[in-house]
Amino acid sequence: MSTATSTAPAWVRQRQQPGALARLFDSKPFLIVVCLLPAVGLLMTFLTYPLGLGIWLAFTDQTIGRPGIYIGLENFEFLFEDPIFWGAVFYSVFYTAIATVGKFGLGLWLALLLNQHLPMKSILRAIILLPWIVPTVLSAIAFWWIYDPQFSILSWLAMKIGIRETPFDFINSAWPARWSLIWANIWRGIPFVAISLLAGLQTISPSLYEAALLDGASPWQRFRYITFPMLLPILAIVMTFSIIFTFTDFQLVYAITRGGPVNSTHLLATLAFQRGIPGGQLGEGAAIAVSMIPFLVFATLFSYFALARRKWQQGEAND
Amino acid sequence: MATVSVRSVRKNFGSTAILHGVDVEIADGEFVVLVGPSGCGKSTLLRMIAGLENITGGEIAISGRVVNTVPPKDRDIAMVFQNYALYPHMTVRENMAFSMKLAKAPADIMEQEVRRAARILGLEHLLDRYPRQLSGGQRQRVAMGRAIVRHPQVFLFDEPLSNLDAKLRVQMRTEIRELQQRLGTTTIYVTHDQIEAMTMADQIVVMNGGRIEQTGRPLELYDRPANIFVAGFIGSPAMNLIPGEVADGAFRAQGGAVLPLPPGAPSRVATYGIRPEHLVLAEDGIPATIVVVEPTGSETQVSMRIGDTPLTGAFRERVAGRPGETLRVKPDLSLVHLFGPDGRRL
Repeated sequence: MSTATSTAPAWVRQRQQPGALARLFDSKPFLIVVCLLPAVGLLMTFLTYPLGLGIWLAFTDQTIGRPGIYIGLENFEFLFEDPIFWGAVFYSVFYTAIATVGKFGLGLWLALLLNQHLPMKSILRAIILLPWIVPTVLSAIAFWWIYDPQFSILSWLAMKIGIRETPFDFINSAWPARWSLIWANIWRGIPFVAISLLAGLQTISPSLYEAALLDGASPWQRFRYITFPMLLPILAIVMTFSIIFTFTDFQLVYAITRGGPVNSTHLLATLAFQRGIPGGQLGEGAAIAVSMIPFLVFATLFSYFALARRKWQQGEAND
Repeated sequence: MATVSVRSVRKNFGSTAILHGVDVEIADGEFVVLVGPSGCGKSTLLRMIAGLENITGGEIAISGRVVNTVPPKDRDIAMVFQNYALYPHMTVRENMAFSMKLAKAPADIMEQEVRRAARILGLEHLLDRYPRQLSGGQRQRVAMGRAIVRHPQVFLFDEPLSNLDAKLRVQMRTEIRELQQRLGTTTIYVTHDQIEAMTMADQIVVMNGGRIEQTGRPLELYDRPANIFVAGFIGSPAMNLIPGEVADGAFRAQGGAVLPLPPGAPSRVATYGIRPEHLVLAEDGIPATIVVVEPTGSETQVSMRIGDTPLTGAFRERVAGRPGETLRVKPDLSLVHLFGPDGRRL
């Protein structure tokens, strides 16, 4: 034991030089790449690739069963001349605009109601959420029955109490069908809007309303000067999401009318599917889908500017 | 200006009684502080005067007019909330002008009033800021400015200083008192801090468990607390309240200490009260064992024991003793408070 020549005590282990592998795992760039790889891989496979493929297909004449060749803007030139396509553009915008107004009008009203002290509040909130929990296709089928030319419960009821001699025409001609689908979309969209806005309402401090009460504000003035401006940030987010979901809607329309009668209720999404899959014209379907992009970019820009933090939300002094 | 009368006012939330018949008379221009521990009903009473809570029983009158059913905006009052309740999306100017805007006041009057309030409160350079950009003390001032512009008959303050740090609290305390003296507006102020109550009030209302324990001027409450609750609540450090009984002309505490009684003391004393600052160091005093010595500079607080009886003293002298050592103290007999078995002053 007394033979130790080193100055360090014998029980201190010599630090080993790290091996190549250990050094690799210590390098930050390598770790960043390794850690990001799964997420990037998933996004590339399931988002970027299909999107890229869709955009590529829009510039080919591919049909089901035959590989296409690049044909430039030919698909878009064809669509530009196609009245059915323009009908779908019109109805998509109309559908989105009216349904959004309806959803937000009724949703805000419901949220304000639910924000009051009501008996059985939690049960009411659960009931409000129901339309949203049910899978869209199921509620679409329910609406299909409600709108059925022969078996509609509404027609039956109206005839039973004698306010109508004949069944209602819900989905057998263009305009009634358009309004019926919009109503189904509003019905389905209200819960999302109402619950989101209710969450926003609950962040407003009750003492602000008390202060406004003392300042002499009427109920309308309290809404106009307190509730609405304070709800605006969340309103903007919810509206952006709602516009995007509504504009890209597919299930309700496809399950109830399949774009009919005579293509009058086609949305861009249903028309793209109709042309691409049952019609077999993959290139043309893809071109219709791609033509939705400008509208969606616009909606996103809207959100970007509407969501920009207002001055009063900033914490910093700016003098 | 205005008087405020609260006459046997009761408040129930469901089956829970919060206030059991409360009477307060507030003279014109008076600064009244409602003080008490959390849950004593002081804030509820203030909110009932404001009209934010309805009145279960009794009546509240402002300037002789019963306001039980009058909506808040018609009571001619202004309130400053604990969290200030400033409208976050409005500038300081808009916050202060909001009530006038709702009343459709002409723009030049609005600007003039806002300027006047801002000048009084030193807010002139902040008028275009948003509440987020202000410090706690500045927000507090804006909340007061919002009250001032309305020229109310009564100011109501609901624990306005509890969100401020200690130093600012002392400063704002003086500012609020000074402002009230300048404007001469009747003011009702709620706090749980007895020092705020003592320093600001013309009249203090001590509340506990939905009842009024005592009403009086600050020094009255300090000098002659009506019962054990007020004795323990008013004054800092708190009064020594020692349970025990009278035996052989002296007070025998439960912990074993024997304390002298003032001449003519009744025999049914159950609690012996002496404020820490009314204990004096004396050669012929009672020997007490030092537990902790806390010098504050201006005075020295000493926790000690006589037998098993804990006792706190506050001395102007600098006490040099260490824990475990013995100190000789005696109570100033003219300042001893005696309470009967029911807790009332004898």
